[in-house]
Amino acid sequence: MTKVVLPQLGEGIEKATVSYWYFQEGGKVNEKDDLVELTTDKATFNVPCPCSGILSEIFFKEGDVVNVGETLAVIDDH
Amino acid sequence: MKFKLFDLGKIEFKQAWQLQKWIFQEIKSGVLDAALLVCRHDPVITLGRLAAKTSVLVPRDELEKRGIPVYAIERGGDATYHGPGQITAYPIFNLSYFRKDVHFFLRQLEEVVIALNNDLRIKSFRRPGFTGVWTDAGKIASVGIAVKNWITFHGVSLNIKAEDLENFLLIRPCGMNIPMASLETVTAKRFEFDEVKESLVGQFRSVFRL
Repeated sequence: MTKVVLPQLGEGIEKATVSYWYFQEGGKVNEKDDLVELTTDKATFNVPCPCSGILSEIFFKEGDVVNVGETLAVIDDH
Repeated sequence: MKFKLFDLGKIEFKQAWQLQKWIFQEIKSGVLDAALLVCRHDPVITLGRLAAKTSVLVPRDELEKRGIPVYAIERGGDATYHGPGQITAYPIFNLSYFRKDVHFFLRQLEEVVIALNNDLRIKSFRRPGFTGVWTDAGKIASVGIAVKNWITFHGVSLNIKAEDLENFLLIRPCGMNIPMASLETVTAKRFEFDEVKESLVGQFRSVFRL
């Protein structure tokens, strides 16, 4: 299991809003695929898949606010 | 720094969008570190990722009659309008070579326009929480970007001509009821696109040390 965590987006940026999921739960993903897009201020920011596998769980839906360091999703890479 | 300037002249939004994606791949593969596209568009409305359904005030068939397409795109922000009275700049920068900070990059785009305005003796400023560049008469430049793999795309539009501003009435710019300004409305002078373009590119070179 690999956690997908919201990374640091810059100084003083503590949170961002989920604006688009490229995959649904249960979907097969490949390393480096765009996984989820977040929005902060007038910017969107894409978080790529850290590994290949099955997107087993999504913790935040589009419109939800996520803090930096929180787990967005889990990929089952076995 | 492997930097390239692309002066696209007047180009359809959709074509420039495709070109951005192509140049993005060139940067991702390391052929370039940074590229700047400058252009003007025929009238077009673009909707950022968080655009409200109420941000376009005119029915789509009316826009079609006027020949104004609407595109939902991947940048941040709400609705905006582009037209031939603006210059739009798309910085496609690998932030690994600058500073990996999304908000700092937005502030630098604002700085490019503020510095340009300073040279023209136009007072302009930021408004905290309302990204873009503002004058006492309204918003003069709109900013909206996307970042993938720490590479930026989309960018900033500066209003130059007075006659183009009325098309902003077709939308609620950035989802708000705000007045829009242009270099010409603020100064009551005429501006040549080429001069403003040279100045804008010069400010990009200066602010980002290209």
